[in-house]
Amino acid sequence: MNPPDDIDLTRPQFVGTKVARREDPRLLSGAGNYVADIKRHGMVHMAFRRSDHAHAAIRGIDAEKALALPGVMAVYTGEDIAAMANPYRATSRMKNYQATFIPPLAVGKVRYVGEAVVAIVAESRYVAEDALALVEIDYEPLAVLVDPEESLKPDALKLHDDLDSNILAEREFARGEVDEAFENAAATAGGKFHFTRTTPVTIEARAAVAEYDKGARSLTLHCTTQIPGIVRDKLSEIFDLPGPRIRVLAPDVGGGFGGKTSLYSEEIVACAVSRALGKPVKWVSDRMEDLMTTGHAFDEVVYADIAVAEDGAILGLKADVIGDVGAYSIYPWTATIEPVQVVSFMPGPYRIENYAARVRSVATNKTLTGAYRGVGRPISVFVMDRLLDMAARRIDMDPAEIRRRNLVNDDEFPYKAASGLVWDKSAFQACLREAADGIGYDDLRREQEAARAEGRWVGIGVASYAELTGVGSRIAVAPGMPINTGTETCNVAIDSTGAVTASFGLASQGQGMETTLAQVVAQELGVKVEDVDVILGDTSAVSHGTGTYASRGAVFGGGAGTLAAKAVREKIVRVAGHLLEAAEEDIETGDGNVWVKGTDRTMTVRDLARALYSDMGRVPKDMRDEIDNLEATKVYDPFFGTTTAATHMCLVEIDPETYKVEIGKYIVVEDCGRVINPMIADGQAHGGVAQGIGVALMEEVIHDDSGQVLTASLVDYVVPSAVEVPSMDVVHVEAELPGTVGGFRGLGEGGTIGAPACIANAISDALSPLGIEIMEIPATPERIFRLVESARDA
Amino acid sequence: MTDRISISVTVNGATHTADVEPRLLLADFIRENLDLTGTHVGCEHGICGACTILMNGDSVRSCLTLAVQADGAEIETVENLGDAENLGPLQQAFREHHALQCGFCTPGMLMTATDMLRKYPLETDEDIRDGLSGNICRCTGYQHIVDAVRAARDERDAK
Repeated sequence: MNPPDDIDLTRPQFVGTKVARREDPRLLSGAGNYVADIKRHGMVHMAFRRSDHAHAAIRGIDAEKALALPGVMAVYTGEDIAAMANPYRATSRMKNYQATFIPPLAVGKVRYVGEAVVAIVAESRYVAEDALALVEIDYEPLAVLVDPEESLKPDALKLHDDLDSNILAEREFARGEVDEAFENAAATAGGKFHFTRTTPVTIEARAAVAEYDKGARSLTLHCTTQIPGIVRDKLSEIFDLPGPRIRVLAPDVGGGFGGKTSLYSEEIVACAVSRALGKPVKWVSDRMEDLMTTGHAFDEVVYADIAVAEDGAILGLKADVIGDVGAYSIYPWTATIEPVQVVSFMPGPYRIENYAARVRSVATNKTLTGAYRGVGRPISVFVMDRLLDMAARRIDMDPAEIRRRNLVNDDEFPYKAASGLVWDKSAFQACLREAADGIGYDDLRREQEAARAEGRWVGIGVASYAELTGVGSRIAVAPGMPINTGTETCNVAIDSTGAVTASFGLASQGQGMETTLAQVVAQELGVKVEDVDVILGDTSAVSHGTGTYASRGAVFGGGAGTLAAKAVREKIVRVAGHLLEAAEEDIETGDGNVWVKGTDRTMTVRDLARALYSDMGRVPKDMRDEIDNLEATKVYDPFFGTTTAATHMCLVEIDPETYKVEIGKYIVVEDCGRVINPMIADGQAHGGVAQGIGVALMEEVIHDDSGQVLTASLVDYVVPSAVEVPSMDVVHVEAELPGTVGGFRGLGEGGTIGAPACIANAISDALSPLGIEIMEIPATPERIFRLVESARDA
Repeated sequence: MTDRISISVTVNGATHTADVEPRLLLADFIRENLDLTGTHVGCEHGICGACTILMNGDSVRSCLTLAVQADGAEIETVENLGDAENLGPLQQAFREHHALQCGFCTPGMLMTATDMLRKYPLETDEDIRDGLSGNICRCTGYQHIVDAVRAARDERDAK
């Protein structure tokens, strides 16, 4: 063996390099293991009869014909499941919050179209679906609430009899003297903004396979979840089973984007039915079910105004947010998660001393809203950055310039934003500067002038934002929730064969965490990346974990992985000191080897493990007693979390005949701290922006006045394809690293946070000769056509 | 129950005979009867393209095709492009260019791209994007997929 003598060569820096993903070979060859791929001996199939009413009393259910169909094994109603599963709701300590019970199958009433009413179990999915049509449900239609501004009125029909009103949460924020700020303003701007309802559309729809073992009295649930730990903990309460006898696994999961961060009725019903029948039960959602039942996103009306001084300085900001949260308060996040974030993040990365805001989460007869990529912040940024552009126009200032004047400067960190959030140092100004340089902002303005002279609708969009990522225990992801989103656990273990395993409470839905977390652990431990196996998405791996959401994977996984690997490395060094007869400070590790610096005395980590575990007598009893094993479990709490910031810029042109928006150029410049794998970081930005483009231009869940979903197929709910998403530039600014362990910031959501505002600003800029401001998105060709027509009429 | 119909289908070079219900989808036949779970079902109404396979050399939505329609046909699925220990050139290009994240749309993307690469010159990125526009990817924003297909085209043209 060649003794390593060059530390730079033998301790390669894996973090920051383009390591090819270890997930890829299986996913590229059809050898992945998604929930829908699972087959078990004796497995039965489940399908749901869903409500076709938005609001109705259930007078009776007749399932006799369904039960008589050959191949049908059982039919369950809401009452049946209620007898098998304890009731649950999303509680919160937040003031002025009302939780709703969420029946796994409707009991007594249905409250949205798509709500599950009856579950049918059969020998095949085909037969189960045949039987659905044979169930007769007698409904008594009730008045339907589809408009949250009607639903919040004191005399409105109540959706839940046990609550005081349909306002599930209400909160106010205030700092400074807002009214005075508006009185002293050189200009004000504002109005009613509408950010419509969207839905995540993971290409893999939700699915579950529940297996109850009557002999072992244990439950195994494979499901498409981002939060296996949260699901496990709640199932333990719902079924009165101790945690260790419930194992929740998220195997290969086909995208999440927040849509898979909630506990879903179908998962509970699958477990209950498997327990009752003693058979594995499989349910796979079809696309129509997915579009109607997976937690919807956004859906807010925001009345907001900004006041600015002559030099562009923001003097004050006011916002009143009404969030349409659908029929129930989603578990675990509650009806607060989306609307409250809108007001928490509205002041954004800007210096704003005077702020007043109110938010109300209002129940309606629609699908529940939950977490979706960005959560609240796409709206915050849409409103805030639209307001900035509107104000800039009033005082005849360039959009990039008004941002430069208001973005928090490098010497002002940590900065306490008007809503109380604290920004740690992040490259706010540098992102703006580099985006302008990267896209050639000044040249584009000149080109725009020339295009305008030809009568073309060409616009440039700018949006800057800041988000909190890797949020630790200081702030709950949703206010007052009884779950701990502020820590994650990692166990690093080297076993008696010398193999390294890093286990996490996180779960992956395509982010490549098997690769990135292996990079982090390998670097810290001093082994090869390919020698670290990474376990994710399995509640039996660590004693507590919640999962992957809120741009936390890199910060929490990277942090906990670093701490656990460091602790194991210390044990390696102790044992090596004895075996290689050297002082511990002279021991180095790298590339799977352990050696005494500057000598040829070396051994492999594998041999060291064998010496400790298997070769009796090579390590003295005293040392073995002290070290126990080459294993460590560490919990990481980033406490405040850290700020991720970015500026997006784009160039659009609107076709004067079709009113279609063409995105010509797009740049993202973000500060996401130390980048673990640049290829993967770029991919996150690309995908996030693509979803933001969908939100800005195409995607909208539409309900009619009776609460029917008019967008229950991918024909009607349109997401971007390869021809609607432009090629984009992504630049990572690694400015001063944050104080998180490893220096990582989160980066999963940013693209979707910045893009809607950036594109809406570009469209408004293109149409500014007509005095048009985009106040509602998606800016579909139809909406733009109407705006142009009414502007021309006026 | 409807009478079953006997079919004979060649999938990835192996011929399978089976008695199937006339309503059985080709996607379900491939996944459930043949255990080839690489072909994914994403929407069951022909929009997302995750279930794309090649039937007699043309890309086809297996969720909009009945198994009985494939009687006598030659079918290729993602499993035919190479296995996890021996990826084919297009799979290799996808890996090098990080053209997949969650992997759910990937089999359909690979089969569509295989069809495109066999039949069309794909001179520009616009051609590539047009060709891929019937397959939805929600993770990647398409840029890296376009990069991978362009690289596979260059490799094809170099031969």
